[in-house]
Amino acid sequence: MATTGTSFIKHEVAHHFDNAEQEFESAKLGMWAFMAQEILFFSALFVAYAIFRYLYPEAFLEASSLLSWKMGAFNTAVLITSSFTMVMAVNSAQTSQKKKTFNFLLVTILLAALFLVVKYFEYMSKFHHGIFPPNYFNAMAVFEQVPIFFGIYFVITGLHALHILIGIGLIIWIMRRTARGEFHADYFTPVELVGLYWHFVDLVWIFLFPLLYLVG
Amino acid sequence: MNEINNSLMNTGTLWLPEAISDIAGSVDSLFYFIFWISVLTFIGIMGVSLYFLVKYRASNNKPKEKHITHNTLIEVVWTVVPTILCMVIFYWGFTDYMRLKTAPGDAIQIRVTGEKWLWNFDYANGTNTVGELAVPVDTPVQLIMSAKDVLHSFFIPNLRVKRDLIPNRYTTIWFEANKTGSFQIFCTEYCGDGHSNMLANLHVMPMDKYQDWLASGGGSNKDMPLAELGAKLYKQMGCNACHTLDGSKSVGPSWLGVYNSHRQLTSGKTVTANDNYIRQAIVDPGSDVVAGYPPVMPTYAGKLSDRDINAIIEFIKAQK
Amino acid sequence: MSTKTIKNYLNCETGIMSWLTTLDHKRIGVMYLLFIAISFGLGGFFALALRMELLTPTQLYLTAKQYNQAFTLHGAVMVFLFIIPSIPAALGNFVLPLQLGAKDVAFPRLNLASFYVYVLGAAFAIFSLFNGAVDTGWTFYTPYSTQSDTSVISMTLAAFILGFSSILTGVNFIATIHKMRAPGMTWFRMPLFVWALYATAIIQILATPVVGITLLLLIFESTFGVGIFDPALGGDPILFQHFFWFYSHPAVYIMVLPAMGVMSELVTTFCKKNIFGYKLIAYSSLAIAIISFLVWGHHLFLSGQSSYANMIFSLLTFLVGIPSGIKVFNWVTTMYKGTIDLKTPFLYFLSFLFLFCIGGFTGMFLGALSVDVHLHDTYFVVAHFHYTMMGGVVMAFLGGLHYWWPKMFGKMYSEKWGRIAAAFVFVGFNWVFFTQFILGTKGMPRRYYNYLDQFQPLHAFSTMGTFVLGTGFIIMAVYLIHSLFKGEKAPANPWGGLTLEWVADTPPDHHNFHETPTVTTGPYDYEKAGY
Repeated sequence: MATTGTSFIKHEVAHHFDNAEQEFESAKLGMWAFMAQEILFFSALFVAYAIFRYLYPEAFLEASSLLSWKMGAFNTAVLITSSFTMVMAVNSAQTSQKKKTFNFLLVTILLAALFLVVKYFEYMSKFHHGIFPPNYFNAMAVFEQVPIFFGIYFVITGLHALHILIGIGLIIWIMRRTARGEFHADYFTPVELVGLYWHFVDLVWIFLFPLLYLVG
Repeated sequence: MNEINNSLMNTGTLWLPEAISDIAGSVDSLFYFIFWISVLTFIGIMGVSLYFLVKYRASNNKPKEKHITHNTLIEVVWTVVPTILCMVIFYWGFTDYMRLKTAPGDAIQIRVTGEKWLWNFDYANGTNTVGELAVPVDTPVQLIMSAKDVLHSFFIPNLRVKRDLIPNRYTTIWFEANKTGSFQIFCTEYCGDGHSNMLANLHVMPMDKYQDWLASGGGSNKDMPLAELGAKLYKQMGCNACHTLDGSKSVGPSWLGVYNSHRQLTSGKTVTANDNYIRQAIVDPGSDVVAGYPPVMPTYAGKLSDRDINAIIEFIKAQK
Repeated sequence: MSTKTIKNYLNCETGIMSWLTTLDHKRIGVMYLLFIAISFGLGGFFALALRMELLTPTQLYLTAKQYNQAFTLHGAVMVFLFIIPSIPAALGNFVLPLQLGAKDVAFPRLNLASFYVYVLGAAFAIFSLFNGAVDTGWTFYTPYSTQSDTSVISMTLAAFILGFSSILTGVNFIATIHKMRAPGMTWFRMPLFVWALYATAIIQILATPVVGITLLLLIFESTFGVGIFDPALGGDPILFQHFFWFYSHPAVYIMVLPAMGVMSELVTTFCKKNIFGYKLIAYSSLAIAIISFLVWGHHLFLSGQSSYANMIFSLLTFLVGIPSGIKVFNWVTTMYKGTIDLKTPFLYFLSFLFLFCIGGFTGMFLGALSVDVHLHDTYFVVAHFHYTMMGGVVMAFLGGLHYWWPKMFGKMYSEKWGRIAAAFVFVGFNWVFFTQFILGTKGMPRRYYNYLDQFQPLHAFSTMGTFVLGTGFIIMAVYLIHSLFKGEKAPANPWGGLTLEWVADTPPDHHNFHETPTVTTGPYDYEKAGY
């Protein structure tokens, strides 16, 4: 679909590229490379989780039972929905539907915020019961390795929440650019890349939910 | 320094200190095998390079020739030959390593605990020593080791054995020394300010002497004058890791002129460093720490007899 | 010289802001170069400080703590601030797009961002210097590092941030190499330096995040506790070593691979010969990149890892040495029937060849399990990695610096002084570090503040060598800076190189090339060029 109407801004290919295709392909490849490093970033945490779950299965079972699987499941649903709205946003951008793109991005942000609110209440209820990272842990637990589980839990969910926050910032940024009419069938690279990032963040959570909440 | 002999630099070959076990000798053979392969290959590469440098200098006029950009045969050769050599070295190194690792079932077991910054040795008969490890000659000995605080590593160069010590876990080494004498023990895993003073001595002795030594609770000091015993304990117990004798500040205060001096404590109080204070500082070091120093000294309660403590006090008195 | 000056990337815009906000890969490369030079000076200062202390077996002028801080800072500054970014970020940034015939890297803004991330990381490192300098060794082993009262947090945070700078550079280079090659430049027509940077970028992207998360975990561990490295909670301090070396062993190839790339450029240009075994060299870079991920365990031979794991890691360690050996043979053979010109950059090539071979051979001693038991954590290891890191990487960096210096600044340095400095560096380096091989095999442990009296002659001898080495670097700094102001104007192609950077002006135009070059042959076709 060609760029029509006056509400869109024509994209200028950066001076060092020969054409728009080269620019798009480079950006996409770069983003995939960046995603590769993100996977490796989280992988060490998953490895740590695997080792200690293998070493102390009972402690992990006990610790996991202290988490609210209902909240976790709710949040999983929220994030999967947000992934869907993100897909729709990218799709709308590709078909030059400015208004729709904007709205889908807005819904995505609201879902992300909802996720964080639920997460906040989850953390608070843990703190209320004295479940803190190991140095401040003062809850009752049968197995002495329970704090390790929560050490990993807080680090990994904390880093994931940080990724969500960064995601919200990125979506706000592309919403502003969408409103200005920068994205259309001829140029939608940033929307596509942020979408990619957002799916990655969701994917991490989809792994985290069963590993942390559904032990046993 | 806590040095009892010249067991490293002036014994053995140019490269390696004297080996005092059979396995150590085998390790040395592999060392020299790799060494000579390396030297020969190195001379080869450098020799060829030098020849090319001289022969093909830009100033040497030469006829134009077709550039050779590859030669499958030679490339395969210099890939395969080094690979085979490496596999030989790998295999040799691995089999010797397994020998170094697998202790015979009848080995005498001694427990080793590493802590900042001294070595504790516990023998089956209840004897325990600090900084002095005695073992019988021509008898397999296994050390069962653990660390108290941070990582340490136990290294006896003459036996070619070394192993890390880890808190809450046991690691082992074993050896069978074939020569009597005294040898150096090092800590080789960085563990803080006193790391380089975390030394000990290995005494390899004939079986009968070893039995006497064990029976006397780690060598009798009964006849030794107190101040002299104090000087010995100063090194043996690792006091020297933190306390100098020349007035310079280390981890702990220097012992020079410390006796009967007035000391400001971290609590703000002032005490006189008399016999009572020094005794307390040895058995309960965390209680009254001198201002400006970290409270890191381990307690020596149970490691030193009353006579040992008196000896150390006498030794401190003598540091004027 | 005519009065009319041709516009180039240095004078097309002026003023400090034109540098600080530049998107030009060449200017970013030059800014990296400046920071890297300063870091090298700082790291060198600490090296000198600790070698001086080691003149005598007991205290000379530093306390034990100060000595420990000195060797930690020497290591941390040299590794994180100097060696890792040296060739890729400084020389690579400048040269890579030129060699590809591109106008810039794929993401110029990201490139500038990664420079500022580097500066931020450096700021944290410097801050930690004045805030109870860290004393854990650059490896930050737990549990010592979680107990130390020095500024472990700001230094690990610095390393974490610097890691991100490295990752972003890697992402940029991968996209650039894939998508920005000039017409006609197929993969096998790329210069070998580009191949080396490509392999390096793969490691940067796949290994660096692991040390990032590891250092982050260390920071959390010492602030509010995670427990996974804490033996008191059932955690495992050895896990930290696994995580740390999973990055840090590939990281040595982040350092060495670009150095090997520089070597391939130098040997072809100064022998006027097509490289021998182009594909084998290119593939061996990739082979090293892949195998380098599988050898981290050889740092843990004595840490309580199982014998089975030790066996596998020992085997793989020998395998990773083979591709490096192949490269050496290929370089030497390239000299055969060449037209060899012993210019300063080529002297560094020869230094590299000499020192890196020793570094590689001594690696075999450490890879063999039984011999490693004796040599682990002794001065032999110290000497070994200085031979590979300094004798290898730094020599290649200096070779590359002297090779591309005329292109970067448009000025020639004094060839005579260049050769003199190279000789000082070569002699000084061997003086300092060869001595340490003997110290190590004789049993001298590393990171020792005090040492047995019997080791003093060798220690003192090694310390004396540092002055020769230092003199070499001072001479180099003087003639290089002098050349910027008083140097002869450099021609476009002073060495007769055939890769594309020599087609560009000297110094290059803001857009690199006046018209995009088209590539029709491999990068080193000197036969066609009439040699």
